[in-house]
Amino acid sequence: MKSYETVIGLEVHAELATKTKIFCGCTTQFGGEPNTHCCPVCTGMPGTLPVLNKKVVEFAIAAGLAANCTITQHCKFDRKNYFYPDLPKAYQVSQLYLPICRGGGIEIETGGEKKIVGIHEIHMEEDAGKLVHDPWEDCTLVDYNRCGVPLIEIVSEPDMRSADEVIAYLEKLKLILQYLGVSDCKMQEGSLRADINLSVREVGAKEFGIRTEMKNMNSFKAIARAVEGERKRQIELLEYGKVIVQETRRWDDNKDTSFAMRSKEDAQDYRYFPEPDLVPIEISDEWLEEIKNRQPELRDEKMLRYETEYDIPAYDADIITGSKKLADIFEETVALCGKPKEVSNWLMVETMRLLKEAEMEPENIEFSAANLARLVGLIYDGKINRTVAKEVFEEIFKSDIDPVQYVEKKGLSMVSDEGILRSVIEKIIAANPASVNDYRNGKEKALGFLVGQTMKEMKGKADPGLINRILKDLL
Amino acid sequence: MTITDETIHYVAALAKLELSGEEKEKAKKDLGSILAYMDTMNELDTEHIEPMSHVFPIRNVFREDVVANGPDRDILLSNAPASKDGCFMVPKTVE
Amino acid sequence: MDITTLSALEMGRKIKNREISVAEAVKAQLEKIKVSDASYHCYITVLEQEALARGEKVQKLIEAGEFKDSPLAGVPVAVKDNICTQGVRTTCASKILYNFNPPYNAAVVEKLENAGAVIIGKTNMDEFAMGSTTETSYFGITNNPRNTEHVPGGSSGGSAAAVAADEAFYALGSDTGGSIRQPSAFCGVTGMKPTYGTVSRYGLLAYASSLDQIGPIAKNVSDCAAVLDIISGHDARDSTCVAQGAYHYTEALADDVRGMKIGIPKGYLGAGLDDEIRKSILAAAETFEKKGAVVQEFDLDAVDYAIPAYYVIASAEASSNLSRYDGVKYGYRTGDFENLQEVYKKTRSEGFGNEVKRRMMIGAFVLSSGYYDAYYNKALKVKAIIKAGFDKAFQKFDVLLGPTAPSTAPRLGESLSDPLKMYLGDIYTVSVNLAGLPAISLPCGTDSKGLPIGMQLIGKHFGEKEIIRAAYSFEQTQTGNK
Repeated sequence: MKSYETVIGLEVHAELATKTKIFCGCTTQFGGEPNTHCCPVCTGMPGTLPVLNKKVVEFAIAAGLAANCTITQHCKFDRKNYFYPDLPKAYQVSQLYLPICRGGGIEIETGGEKKIVGIHEIHMEEDAGKLVHDPWEDCTLVDYNRCGVPLIEIVSEPDMRSADEVIAYLEKLKLILQYLGVSDCKMQEGSLRADINLSVREVGAKEFGIRTEMKNMNSFKAIARAVEGERKRQIELLEYGKVIVQETRRWDDNKDTSFAMRSKEDAQDYRYFPEPDLVPIEISDEWLEEIKNRQPELRDEKMLRYETEYDIPAYDADIITGSKKLADIFEETVALCGKPKEVSNWLMVETMRLLKEAEMEPENIEFSAANLARLVGLIYDGKINRTVAKEVFEEIFKSDIDPVQYVEKKGLSMVSDEGILRSVIEKIIAANPASVNDYRNGKEKALGFLVGQTMKEMKGKADPGLINRILKDLL
Repeated sequence: MTITDETIHYVAALAKLELSGEEKEKAKKDLGSILAYMDTMNELDTEHIEPMSHVFPIRNVFREDVVANGPDRDILLSNAPASKDGCFMVPKTVE
Repeated sequence: MDITTLSALEMGRKIKNREISVAEAVKAQLEKIKVSDASYHCYITVLEQEALARGEKVQKLIEAGEFKDSPLAGVPVAVKDNICTQGVRTTCASKILYNFNPPYNAAVVEKLENAGAVIIGKTNMDEFAMGSTTETSYFGITNNPRNTEHVPGGSSGGSAAAVAADEAFYALGSDTGGSIRQPSAFCGVTGMKPTYGTVSRYGLLAYASSLDQIGPIAKNVSDCAAVLDIISGHDARDSTCVAQGAYHYTEALADDVRGMKIGIPKGYLGAGLDDEIRKSILAAAETFEKKGAVVQEFDLDAVDYAIPAYYVIASAEASSNLSRYDGVKYGYRTGDFENLQEVYKKTRSEGFGNEVKRRMMIGAFVLSSGYYDAYYNKALKVKAIIKAGFDKAFQKFDVLLGPTAPSTAPRLGESLSDPLKMYLGDIYTVSVNLAGLPAISLPCGTDSKGLPIGMQLIGKHFGEKEIIRAAYSFEQTQTGNK
């Protein structure tokens, strides 16, 4: 077999985290009863007109700046015309001729090697509605709640060569968008999805091979498998001397293979032209400067700051900043209770363990910084020991309970009254003369046994350090 | 400009129209003469002219990002030829 | 006395002075429609019960001291059927919207209601405003009240005919390439197309978004100015609607053109223009001169290329704007389909008339892959040249004068067989839309057949006041005008 190189470019659609849709005041909230987040504008009622949400432009610019793009200071919207039931106007308002950002790049790292993936352009557009098959009537039901939700489409250059690079690029992009607050990138809600353009060619070939496109992929795992599967399929075709057809394919993750999609219409001719209902956008130097100055701290800067400002190890900073959500919780918690290393430990060890058990992503964390801070407070105030703390944290993780109330209700706080502890220890000493003897004869281990017995008697609600001190005192 | 059967077929497909044989012939004739007339624009030298999509220099008309609720779903669906469960209903779309 | 012959402002005054009640005005108007609309067919929908109820309400509000600054409160008005009226069928004279009830009012309808207007009905038009004769309506043709053998013009033929037949005190029309001015000329009434962006398009069913503009059709210039006062103004729902300072057009109603510089584009008097109309326009020029204006002929750039550019741009935008009529969300859906593609194709083939289909196909063609540059982009460049030509003209002149149409109203049934010939009739009107300018058409005589001749005054951007002043001054010299 010859040796082949895979060439991959991505078109990533990210739903923007605005409160309202791109051209009307309807909410962008996910879910809701069908067609309840809609109005005459986003359902394409005759006579309605679009008015552009300013935040969409600012978010697109912020994403472009973070991806090192050139901002198109005079840009416009165009209409992309095609018929489909999820598109009520039968055209999508998008940008073809003058996209808002062009020519940037994002650095990725795979297997210790760094490289830049070029960004061809970023443009703004509106999302389409949702089609659901109704098995009873054997028909399709149309819900326009997502219709008009603002999107940016980030088009990469065909610079990626493997599934690893694709995932590294997507992860980097996702973090950038999350850090900017431009998109929540919840893949299971479809707010980040990718079209994969893939071709193969013999190593050393100058020309690109014929590419296929796999649309609307919304899980990293499926994307990695799809890249691998499509690469193999194309190589196999070439090996058998067959031709690759330029087409749109759908990846079926259950069957682990892709299928050619029937085209949306007989003729793919979108007849783009400038949208006459919207006026052009002029991005002044001042406006651009304003947005630049407002750009939040991105991951690399944040990592450095964590090491210096919070004095936590690079290893910790890397893990915590690997998710915007974790980083947000970390900073909020430390602001409330201090103890950065302690907070970092709770996030890196227990939180990660529980996320893995529940098969969740850090984005889905529901507990509040306030309750984690209270827990840290309880530990440092000597109210609970670490064993109890872990148990309480599981409850915080599950249902964001207030640990102070929880500990009180369940009677988990440590007995700090030395008098009570002393009388219990006296009882333990009296009941275990053999161990007492051992200790007095120099067997340090025996002390541990006595501490354990005391702890058992106290049902775990005692400070082991204090028990130790009283025991030694009495012996 | 002569308009071929293929061209008529193509533009009818783009416009989602189904034309009878007679309508196709009429469309061929009409589009032919209208497009030929439109070709007179070529007499005008426009080499150094910027295409003008918007006649006024108005820029940056924006909305603030504030939620304003639309009307009830029933009102939006009241004109629908077919609906079910709060949705517009169409024949099965094939993926 | 037949009170329906009063002008809108006269009627408004009589209502204010309690000489006539709103109910009397509405009843008289409905009665007139009942008697004469069988002959003219100006209306698609007459709102009898709604208008009577609204009339009672407006009367009470007037008595309670409302509408003090509204000279047209209580006066019945007709609205073209491509302007959305909440809960009232709005059809665009098309089968594809035969049952469409908009869930909202157009911005202009809100403004009319805020000014105490009583909407009496929705007027007939060419289907989707595409046509020059009002013969392409799904709901039948409208006859010209001046001579029922002739067309009323179009596309706002129903609105112009209603005003001419005293079936409406005033009406709203829309103008994309002459659709207010040309039927006004043919019916012998006054119609005005404002500067693009003066009146909100929110709720106007789009034909060509970059050219469409709503405007008044009325019995005289003063009424037009009064209506424009009401319907103009910034609207946050229309991004192309411009925020301006003052909208007091009635202030421009002065009989004084001394020193006004009026230009006549030579190309507007050339071949193709009916001799009788040429004479009327030259006579009007003389009238202006006598009143102290300076009139001069000049060469306007690219006159001959306005029609091709217009039809490329308008058809392209129309093909996109009309794609939403697909049988899914509103309006007509074919009764006979096997699958989604058939819903689309049959609904649209059965729902649209020939002229609309023709323009959608032209529009699809000029935007299609491989032809965009040769047609659509070229037309946008021609548009730039035309606009620059007007800019140059307005450095020299305050107002431009010319005919509204090259002929008077053609006979019924003569126009549709040759679409290209029909398009050529728009020669004097379309460039105004391409350049976004304001223009007014007003009567300036009749031809030997007794059909009205219209003249057009074109102003610079937001130059409504100049053309209103010129038109008003001219109107004062005409006998038989109200």
